[in-house]
Amino acid sequence: MVISMDAQYIENRKIATESYRQTIVRRFRKHHLASFSLGVLLFLCSAAILAPVIAPYDPDAMVGPFSGAPCKEFLLGTDQIGRDVLSRLLYATRVSLLVGVMATLISTVIGVILGLIAGYFGGVADMLIMRFTDMVMSFPYILLVLVAASIFKPGLWNIILILGFVDWPGIARLVRGNVLSLRETNFVKGNIVAGMPLRHILFSEILPNTVAPILVYATSVLAISMLDEAALSFLGMGVQPPSASLGNMLNGAQSLTILTSQPWLWIPPGVVIVVLVIAINFVGDALRDALDPNSEKR
Amino acid sequence: MVQEQMPLIQVENMKKYYPVKGGIIPHTTAYIKAVDGVSFSIMQGETLGLVGESGCGKSTVGRQLVGLEEPTEGSIYYKGTNLAKMKNFSRKNGERLRIRTNLQMVFQDSYSSLNPRKHIYEILAQPMLYHQVSTKETVEKDIAKLLDMVGLPMNVLGRYPHEFSGGQRQRISIAKALSLNPEFIVCDEPVSALDVSIQAQILNLLRSLQKELNLTLLFVGHGLGAVNYVSDRIAVMYLGKIVEIGSAEDVFRHPVHPYTKALLEAVPVPDPETEDKERGILQGEIGSSEAPPAGCRFHTRCPYAVEACGKEEPAMMKAATGLADGHHKAGGECFAAERADYSAESGHYAACPRIMDK
Repeated sequence: MVISMDAQYIENRKIATESYRQTIVRRFRKHHLASFSLGVLLFLCSAAILAPVIAPYDPDAMVGPFSGAPCKEFLLGTDQIGRDVLSRLLYATRVSLLVGVMATLISTVIGVILGLIAGYFGGVADMLIMRFTDMVMSFPYILLVLVAASIFKPGLWNIILILGFVDWPGIARLVRGNVLSLRETNFVKGNIVAGMPLRHILFSEILPNTVAPILVYATSVLAISMLDEAALSFLGMGVQPPSASLGNMLNGAQSLTILTSQPWLWIPPGVVIVVLVIAINFVGDALRDALDPNSEKR
Repeated sequence: MVQEQMPLIQVENMKKYYPVKGGIIPHTTAYIKAVDGVSFSIMQGETLGLVGESGCGKSTVGRQLVGLEEPTEGSIYYKGTNLAKMKNFSRKNGERLRIRTNLQMVFQDSYSSLNPRKHIYEILAQPMLYHQVSTKETVEKDIAKLLDMVGLPMNVLGRYPHEFSGGQRQRISIAKALSLNPEFIVCDEPVSALDVSIQAQILNLLRSLQKELNLTLLFVGHGLGAVNYVSDRIAVMYLGKIVEIGSAEDVFRHPVHPYTKALLEAVPVPDPETEDKERGILQGEIGSSEAPPAGCRFHTRCPYAVEACGKEEPAMMKAATGLADGHHKAGGECFAAERADYSAESGHYAACPRIMDK
């Protein structure tokens, strides 16, 4: 009896003294699906990063027979002009992840800055920023991207910039909403009374308290921008051949013959997109639960 | 002797109106008169208690004193400098910033007054380092001193706010307010969210700190017992106006204004014997601060009200002090009713000519 109470006490102490980061990790690991997804994501990311090392062939070189089926030599077969599909897939994942991460970074930075300004200062600044946000949101955005892609030369960095400048309104609104409520909290007022400068209040008091929702939202932006990149490349407005992206690999599978008789050309990139997006969304869901301070009672 | 020196804080005719927007095309249709002409002064080293019902504007007075809001009208003098005229209170601008750090605040809800993402060391050290109250070398020692003052051990520093109880968090909030060596602290209902046993500890702490550091406090609260315990003087507010002000002893023992009497009678008495005692519990709700009652604002709920009360707004008058309890209960013939500028002096004043004129 006494021993079990001691054990309970020690257990409680352990929970009470763990750091914020440890709490998050512990809560995250409760989501088995998300932990598994994180593993898959890490595997795909490392495969993409290590592409130059592990790819069996040069992705742009004609190394085998035209439209060859998977065999020992070419594990996922070869495409219409004899390039190795596995090598191209590795490089394509690299490009897609790069586009997704960079576009998400750009839209997060824009969204956070505009959201902070709109939420904290309110008034005219808020009005202007939010109406601009509404405008960007109400635009049929695949059209906007297509127009932008045709004005600027389609290419990797242009795609990143275009997607980055299109995805920020959601984050801006999220941040603004959070700032509006945080602005009224006593710790922000206390720091105003303590005469702390504006940059301290915005970036040291308010921003850290909105990081959790931003992070969660950013994961969905990451998934969406990877899908958008695939869609754009599929339409021929994205990453230009010969460099491979998941979208333009699918582009090659537009004809009926390939769809029906050469599935190795479109199943692998399709599966990679689906797996990436699903894994990212699972991780995002688990992050939301793990970062929410109210998700468990102490 | 006390009357001779200049008050640390002097508030003159402070008003705070909040616009009410309405209509199809939004425009200002009316004003919420949260604070409507309040004057008082606080001497160095003195504690002024500010009591009243919820929504009477007492917290708004406190927030304006520390510069969280600007008064619509009126002046706030801190050592003779008018704070109400100082725009951009938070700018880093020598004089203004120095004044600002001298006026600190302790909030009611200690849970939201500490940033949940920072550990206690950061919460305490950052303002001290920014204002160069202490340097990187001395900050540890200074924080140790602060923690000792508020009765917390050193090992709290590495922990986060959610790991503490309400009372401990309030101690940390007090330490944070003290960290910039202020002269004046507004305590906005600092104990009303705490357990009764913890309330006493925090009140004792505030009292001893006030003596030790010769602090000047404005103690805002609705718990009369708590306010009486820490305050030297008490001001009673009703619907944005002060209706009675005087030493804690005078206001508590010999209340003049019917509202003060009602407040005191409403305090529960923990004694079964007094159960049958007739208590003049106030009827009705506090009036609207958008359209306060004409004349005396309290006349709609006042048990002594006559027709005249609804016509003329009563001025503050000086009440005679040092009288026996019996006289007051009999109707208070002994009051010397004379209009006076009550804000600058520390006598006993109330705004009810009916009771006082008799």
